[in-house]
Amino acid sequence: MDETELRRMSVGHGFGVLAVVLSLCIPPLFLDDFSLLGTHVMWLCVCSAFVIAVNIILLLTLKPNPSYKRTSFGSKVNKFSKSCIYFFISCLVFHAVVFLYGAPLLESVPETFMFSVLLSSFITSRCLFILGPNFHAWVRVFSRDGAMCVWDHSLQITTLGSVLGAWFGAFPIPLDWERPWQVWPISCSLGATMGYAAGLLFGPLWIYWNRKKLTYKNR
Amino acid sequence: MKRLPVVLFLAWVSLLFYSSIWLFISGFLLMRIELNNQSSCAEPPSSAAYKGFQQQQDYCWFPHKFEKAVIVIIDALKHDFAKYDPANTNPKQFQNKLEIIHRLTQSHPKHARLYPFQADPPTTTMQRIKGMTTGSLPTFVDVGSNFASYAIQEDNLIHQLVHNGKKVVFMGDDTWDGLFPQKFHKSYFFPSFNVKDLHTVDDGILRHLYPTMDGDDWDIVIAHFLGVDHCGHKHGPDHPETAKKLAQMNDMLSSLIEHLDDQTLLVVAGDHGMTDTGDHGGDSEKEVNAALFLYSKTPLFGNELEKDPEAVPQVNLVPSLAFLLGIPIPYSNLGAIIEDLFYSTHTKASAYQINALQVDRFLHSYSLAAGDLPAEKLKHLKDLFSSVTEEYEHVISMWSQSSESESHLESQLLKLIHRYQQYLVQARAMCMESWARFHPVRMIAACSILSLCCLLCYLVGEAGPCLKVSYKHLLGYPIFWSLSAALVFGLELWTSIVDLDTASIFGLVSLASQLCFLYYFRKQSSRKNRPHSRSNFLLFSISSIMLFFRCCSLFSDSFVVAEGEVAPFLLISLLTMTVAKLHWDGRLTLLTLPSLGSESLKPSLSPSYKKECPRLLGLLAGLTFCARLSGIFHSCREETPNCQPSTFLTPLSSVQDPQIKNLSYIGCVVSLGIIVYLLRKWLQHYGNLNSSSPIVLYVRWAFPLITLGISCYWALSSGADDSLTRLHDLKKLALVVFPRVIYALAGLGLLLMICNPVTVYMKRTWDSEADNTVTTYCAAPGSEAELLHVIPQIYRKMQRNLKNRLQQGMEDKEEKKTAAVEAYGLGSVYSAAMVVTLTLLALILLMLHSERLTPSFFILLVEAIIILYIHSHVSNLYSAPNGLELFSVPWYAVTAWALAGTQGFYTTGHQPVFPAIHWNSAFVGFQDGHDNNIIPAILVAANTFSSHILFSAGSSLLLLWPFLCETPTIRRKKPKAEQREGKVEEDDTPMMEMRLRENPDKFSVGLLQLGAKFLFIQGVQLLSCVCAAMILRRHLMVWKVFAPKFLFEALGFTVSSIFLCLGIALVLRVDCAVSKWFKNLILHHPR
Ligand SMILES: [Zn+2]
Ligand SMILES: [Zn+2]
Repeated sequence: MDETELRRMSVGHGFGVLAVVLSLCIPPLFLDDFSLLGTHVMWLCVCSAFVIAVNIILLLTLKPNPSYKRTSFGSKVNKFSKSCIYFFISCLVFHAVVFLYGAPLLESVPETFMFSVLLSSFITSRCLFILGPNFHAWVRVFSRDGAMCVWDHSLQITTLGSVLGAWFGAFPIPLDWERPWQVWPISCSLGATMGYAAGLLFGPLWIYWNRKKLTYKNR
Repeated sequence: MKRLPVVLFLAWVSLLFYSSIWLFISGFLLMRIELNNQSSCAEPPSSAAYKGFQQQQDYCWFPHKFEKAVIVIIDALKHDFAKYDPANTNPKQFQNKLEIIHRLTQSHPKHARLYPFQADPPTTTMQRIKGMTTGSLPTFVDVGSNFASYAIQEDNLIHQLVHNGKKVVFMGDDTWDGLFPQKFHKSYFFPSFNVKDLHTVDDGILRHLYPTMDGDDWDIVIAHFLGVDHCGHKHGPDHPETAKKLAQMNDMLSSLIEHLDDQTLLVVAGDHGMTDTGDHGGDSEKEVNAALFLYSKTPLFGNELEKDPEAVPQVNLVPSLAFLLGIPIPYSNLGAIIEDLFYSTHTKASAYQINALQVDRFLHSYSLAAGDLPAEKLKHLKDLFSSVTEEYEHVISMWSQSSESESHLESQLLKLIHRYQQYLVQARAMCMESWARFHPVRMIAACSILSLCCLLCYLVGEAGPCLKVSYKHLLGYPIFWSLSAALVFGLELWTSIVDLDTASIFGLVSLASQLCFLYYFRKQSSRKNRPHSRSNFLLFSISSIMLFFRCCSLFSDSFVVAEGEVAPFLLISLLTMTVAKLHWDGRLTLLTLPSLGSESLKPSLSPSYKKECPRLLGLLAGLTFCARLSGIFHSCREETPNCQPSTFLTPLSSVQDPQIKNLSYIGCVVSLGIIVYLLRKWLQHYGNLNSSSPIVLYVRWAFPLITLGISCYWALSSGADDSLTRLHDLKKLALVVFPRVIYALAGLGLLLMICNPVTVYMKRTWDSEADNTVTTYCAAPGSEAELLHVIPQIYRKMQRNLKNRLQQGMEDKEEKKTAAVEAYGLGSVYSAAMVVTLTLLALILLMLHSERLTPSFFILLVEAIIILYIHSHVSNLYSAPNGLELFSVPWYAVTAWALAGTQGFYTTGHQPVFPAIHWNSAFVGFQDGHDNNIIPAILVAANTFSSHILFSAGSSLLLLWPFLCETPTIRRKKPKAEQREGKVEEDDTPMMEMRLRENPDKFSVGLLQLGAKFLFIQGVQLLSCVCAAMILRRHLMVWKVFAPKFLFEALGFTVSSIFLCLGIALVLRVDCAVSKWFKNLILHHPR
């Protein structure tokens, strides 16, 4: 168990949560009628952008993925373009999945798409940031014995948190309370955000508590 | 092999469930029969009496007092809201707000009076409106001639008013529109559904009320205000909003009184009260206690009246209004007149007499139509009535002869009035007793019996694949105990020691047998502590989460309304999580863990991953896509006003555009054809189509015939009516003949299936070379033990021969005359029978639906097959090489299957409400109606519960399919593959369903557990519906959402359990036939 790596990760997670919080605080300073519920699509854009930005900054500073050491500029460009393609595909895949789970097909398409962008920035961008555009590694990480470092565990936890949050977010929609946050996709995106934030906050704690059980075969 | 006990056990458990359902219904569902008789002026209850009034013109039963009336109904106007206490210096929000009533009752005691108005339970608005207009005691289910709408069938005040030439103007709550469609002279309806909306209805009424009253175009104005009730639901009674609302009502009443003229009666009534939280529906004091205020500018009441009037039962308003306005009392009225309104003794007595005559007439007709009123009490009432009437006629005759002093006669009349009152009160009490009382004890007892049933199913289902408890203990002793309990109770009942009705006796009997079962089960299973694999437990699996959410969702009315979307959501979540867990457990990847750091970045995936993962994902995507696609066939219920029912629900004949009509006709026929074609392909793939057994002939010839017949039937029924008149009779005949021929063909198919379900093609060739050494078992030839030993060998040998021949190719086919018996389709013999039967059932069921729902049936079948494939892939990936786990179907599969069944209910265009039932399915093949009620009931039930039928009858496929999809490659992948030389080859050949015959005991136990698990899943859902109906019986939506949902769930459970037993019985019948087939093979085949 690498204590320093865990500490570095906690700091990184703190910044991740900060990004979500800032996406609520900063836009009202520049935009007049910005509100979480009223201009939800706008918030989705801002939040995704902030989360992705923080992830990129963390990637450059913390370097969780050792394969990025000593690579040529060409391969970096290659990886970057590949990552962009992966991200875009994941947005489309999430859109399709969200539709199959019951989102409307023709109405509120921008909302649905922005929701899937949000999910992608919570899940795919972190995958890209920790594992790189390597699909096989992604498949490997999401299995019981697949995690090989603390970052893999944190990825597992935040992904689970976001997906579960989005899933539970769908539950209040049919209720007849007529609250503004019951409108699609607000409750789902709020749930996903909360799940993501909870994953970021509790991930390091969980890893710290289970540090005895977690033994990594490599590194 | 124990086949019969499996079916018997499941049937016994189902019977236990039925008894608890029955007990619950007897305690919860208030039921009564509606009579269609109407009163009329020309037919007074008795023509002999009261000749004194008949000189009057436009006389009808009784001389009327008012020409016009304004009836204001303030929803949920409690008596507490209406009464005014000047001494109260610190009134609550709802107190002392209607001061106009107080002022009038104080200043004009002869003109105005406020009564406590006692509503009968259930205190829901619709039932109360029914009660206040029919004078009867409406229950949840008023069994009338028409289920399809809420319109009142019984005789009622509105009908009588309209029939007697009064112009009735209505404004307010649109519930009245559903109850009295097209009855009103003029009407202003406002939506009542949104409880949050306090003002729309009230403001709408106030816009129209005074203009209408100032005009001439009315005799009766009815205004139904909803604000107070909605205020109660939203904020509760003790809230400033309520105060505002009541103040508004006060203003309304004061200006209303200014608009009244002398000839008009004003009635202000609350339909029910509310609890302290603002709810209503039950029978508590606060819900029942409403207010009634009567006022007119001419004196209404006599002099000598007490200050605090007694409570008036709500139905009493009906005969009083009828007499005051000069119309006949509605036929089914049970109310008595309000005494104060008739102040001379003579008129009062004659009014009571007519009233009693009418009630007697109703009781007589009702007891002829239904038997739910106790006979003893009826007789007692009859005697009381005839004695009073006799005396009354005596007194009247003496009066006319004026033979005795008036004061004496008057005192006699007063006595008679008292006895009439007694009679009327007793009659109402008797009906109330049998129609309008919840029985909490029964409901709780039913719930506990139901939970015990679920526990029992759970125990049997969980007991693991090695359930060894003997059937004597599982089945024999409980049935013995239940029979003896039944005997004891029967004797006690006969000797009238106890006084119980049949429902409770059945409840007690099933309780006895359950306890006995649990005792023996515990005793038996505690002897041997078998190790359990945790993963198979329900509590530790994903399906428990889904089942939990599913059950919780049944407690919320919005979720019940949205169930059509909730069920597929849970279904796909469940299956996605199952596949995700498969991946998480590493069953898909089987990573070769690298040892070097550089390799760790690119872990290699095993070949099975590359094959299985896309396949599973594809199946999952297909399933979710089907689930979404089938959503277009939904229908709507009135709770969702924005919902547009699917256009596919309307039959083809009502489609106007000929092009769309033709296209949809073609689409339907094509999807019908695809179903039949896929069945053929499937049978061909597994080699069952070559058999010469009659059932295969049936599949080859009768299925296309049925398809053709159904297509012709659709073409005829959707055709326009303006065809040649000469052909009209022919068409009518064909519309009857086609469906009946199809019914007959289907019946024939089922009969063939039962007689000879083995679809194996046997080919005998002669060969000396092949090894015919089937090791014989030392037992009598043809005995069970030998069969067990030899059959797998025969099967393996057949497979080997077939494989050899295929490898050798065509050229040496001539030379080698192999002499083994080749049997095609033996590996799928069970599933083939099931699949054929299910397809047959599906064809019949879709014929009962509107033509355009055929694609939804197709999607439903595809969905079922996808679930089966996902399940068998997952099972095969999880199972150990010996495949023993395959014998117990995991919980997630059964849960998914049940959820898909629930979803199918909605995607075939149904909703759990009575108006949404497809009644016209009763006339498929019976265009001219029916002589009896049995056939239409069966047809409508088959139509309503078609997906329940398909999924429960097909549930045994969950056990069969993983064996069918067993592939040698998967088996070989297992790390623990046995390496012994002799076994390897045997492991290579897939045994498919013959593995089931290898382990006949495990097979029957597996079927039993599958059935128990299925019943458990259905039973838990039923239990939560029952609990929801019981706990939420005060809920605003109980009669609109929860009670119908409970009824549909209970009926669906009944249908499901019956077809589950039938489906499993069919599998066991196939098993029997296969045994016989092997026996013949061994006896006749030389070895
Ligand atoms: Zn009401
Ligand atoms: Zn209400």
